[in-house]
Amino acid sequence: MARILSILVGLFFTVALAWSFVLGAITAATEPSPLTAEKKFHLGPKEVHFSFDGPFGKFDNQQLQRGFQVYKEVCSACHALKHVAFRDLAALGYTEAEVKAIAAGFSVPGVDPNTGESTMRPGAPTDYFPSPFANDVAARAANNNAIPPDLSLITKARHEGSAYVYSLMTGFQEQPAELLKEFPDAKTPSGLHYNPYFANLNLAMAPPLVADGQVEYGDGTKSTVDQMSKDVAAFLTWAAEPKLEKRKQTGWPILGFLLFATILGYMSYRNIWADKKH
Amino acid sequence: MSFPWAKEYKPSHPFMKWMDDRLPLPRLVYNAVGSGYEVPRNLNYFWNFGFLAGLCLVLQIVTGIVMAMHYASNTAVAFDTIEMTVRDVNWGWLMRYAHANGASAFFVVIYIHIFRGFYYGSYKAPREMVWLLGVVIFLLMMATAFMGYVLPWGQMSFWGAKVITGLFSAIPLVGEPLQQWLLGGFAPDNAALNRFFSLHYLLPFVILGVVILHIWALHIPGSSNPTGVEVKSESDTVPFYPYYVAKDGWAIGVFAFLYCLMVFFFPNALGHPDNYIPANPMSTPAHIVPEWYFWPFYAILRAFTQDFFFIPAKLMGVLAMFGAILVWFFLPWLDKSPVRSGSYRPMYKKFFWFGLIPAMAVLFYCGGAPAEEPYVMFSQIAALYYFAHFLIVLPIVSAIEKPLPLPYSITESVLGEDEAAKLAPSA
Repeated sequence: MARILSILVGLFFTVALAWSFVLGAITAATEPSPLTAEKKFHLGPKEVHFSFDGPFGKFDNQQLQRGFQVYKEVCSACHALKHVAFRDLAALGYTEAEVKAIAAGFSVPGVDPNTGESTMRPGAPTDYFPSPFANDVAARAANNNAIPPDLSLITKARHEGSAYVYSLMTGFQEQPAELLKEFPDAKTPSGLHYNPYFANLNLAMAPPLVADGQVEYGDGTKSTVDQMSKDVAAFLTWAAEPKLEKRKQTGWPILGFLLFATILGYMSYRNIWADKKH
Repeated sequence: MSFPWAKEYKPSHPFMKWMDDRLPLPRLVYNAVGSGYEVPRNLNYFWNFGFLAGLCLVLQIVTGIVMAMHYASNTAVAFDTIEMTVRDVNWGWLMRYAHANGASAFFVVIYIHIFRGFYYGSYKAPREMVWLLGVVIFLLMMATAFMGYVLPWGQMSFWGAKVITGLFSAIPLVGEPLQQWLLGGFAPDNAALNRFFSLHYLLPFVILGVVILHIWALHIPGSSNPTGVEVKSESDTVPFYPYYVAKDGWAIGVFAFLYCLMVFFFPNALGHPDNYIPANPMSTPAHIVPEWYFWPFYAILRAFTQDFFFIPAKLMGVLAMFGAILVWFFLPWLDKSPVRSGSYRPMYKKFFWFGLIPAMAVLFYCGGAPAEEPYVMFSQIAALYYFAHFLIVLPIVSAIEKPLPLPYSITESVLGEDEAAKLAPSA
């Protein structure tokens, strides 16, 4: 009885699945899902190497400082970095005085101590990077109806985020003629910009890094678009995961200890079981 | 219950004797995981995963309690409190990664533990209760993990919650009111986040309680073993301490090494990048996928693409998704083969290795893939086999299969001969 019942229930599910399968297969055969411009022309991030790659990877503070400079002079016009405080910049090798000076260079919302009215004041090390827009409506209004995303976590919020940022920065280009020929409807709308590294190929952000020497590096590094892109990708990786270096450095002794303990554990296991065949 | 040859707890220190007369807690430990618990001597490494699962539970509770100290279950700040924990709390990043990867580790261990049970017939008499409680634990784990994933209130948190709670709306008549009542609103919002946090903190302790019952029920007949032959005499067993403490000990080492490798070097490999984007009800992610450990069941849910007679496709998917786990409850009565271990069941073994395991692998893969062809078709075939395996193949195979001869005893299977076998009347 139990067997018959079970087989009946089994048939219920399997027949329903077979039904879905057959109809799905017919649909797939008769109406193959159309190829879209996104499917064909979207590219995965470029291959790029950073100092913090790999199990021994470390941040290159010189590079982070350069990347920060790019963020400050270019990106921060539209993008916030709300999870990062100015005090965090000390990790990039800035002195206390430098951090204070950087913070003071940004104005943050405050309260007038005399009148209690909302006002802007110079930032302090304890402040977080301010948003360049008062609110989302203002952000949309200034950016062709797209909100520039906060960049604090951008490299963790995209697949292969560091390479993604680098690819996006260096990926702006004319829409390929081949694309327009195959998908005439997929022409980049006016106000948007073609970039094959962006998920739907067209983004509202105009190419932010356009000319070599756009940012003047203090350390003598030549600021090519490629170099600036790499530097800002490195800086944003730090911003998203400031504990990356500490995490990897902590990991090694722990793995070493565990390896040692496991070998000891294995030897004691062998020792204890030596007289027992099993 | 215990075997007659099991050692008895004899407190030597006067304090322990005093204690034993009043609250025999040391005796309990001695009989549960000490020298007083006799265990088959022939357990293979698959039997280490129960102990490891217990370890994972403790790990999750400890790291989770620390995380809860810094978390606020309010949609306005939930995401930020997690970031604050990772950035500004001492070792907060470690707690977060240990907890997130701990969930994955727990499921890796538990899936191996469950499939060990399938292969070796661990669900069979007299261990049905052990099995049933185990399935309850698995269901509780899934609920806990799902709610935990919602707490950071990222994009996948929100949309995952929306999809899964949306399943309730598939229930005829009461579905939608039920969904709204459970969520405390029309979509996941502050009310839902708060109750998810409350339950996410509660359920692990419920799991702990059921785990205690699971172990209690296990210790009545004692552990099963790879031959599936019950313990007959003293030469079949060894005391848990020191033998299995040593074996579990070194297994913990291997487990901890792999786990720490993930935590310290690939902490985000198993997570979805979209969950680092704060929840936005106005923007749907391109592909909504749950955490990897739900993929097989998510694939089953999505495999039903057509209405089946008067049953809508969505309801079929929901029924099948829950049914896929609920069917495990009936396993002890679906598989009537008197032989426990798959090693002595030539037909069952083939269906296990060439049917169930590939079907699960396909379901795992397709559950994480976008809901497009050919993934949907693959998951339909795999899901079809999955249900056929438990509900059709198993009852039939167990009736017609001719099992291989079993060893007389565990001792015989280990040593090649058992003195007692010669004396025993031929069976």
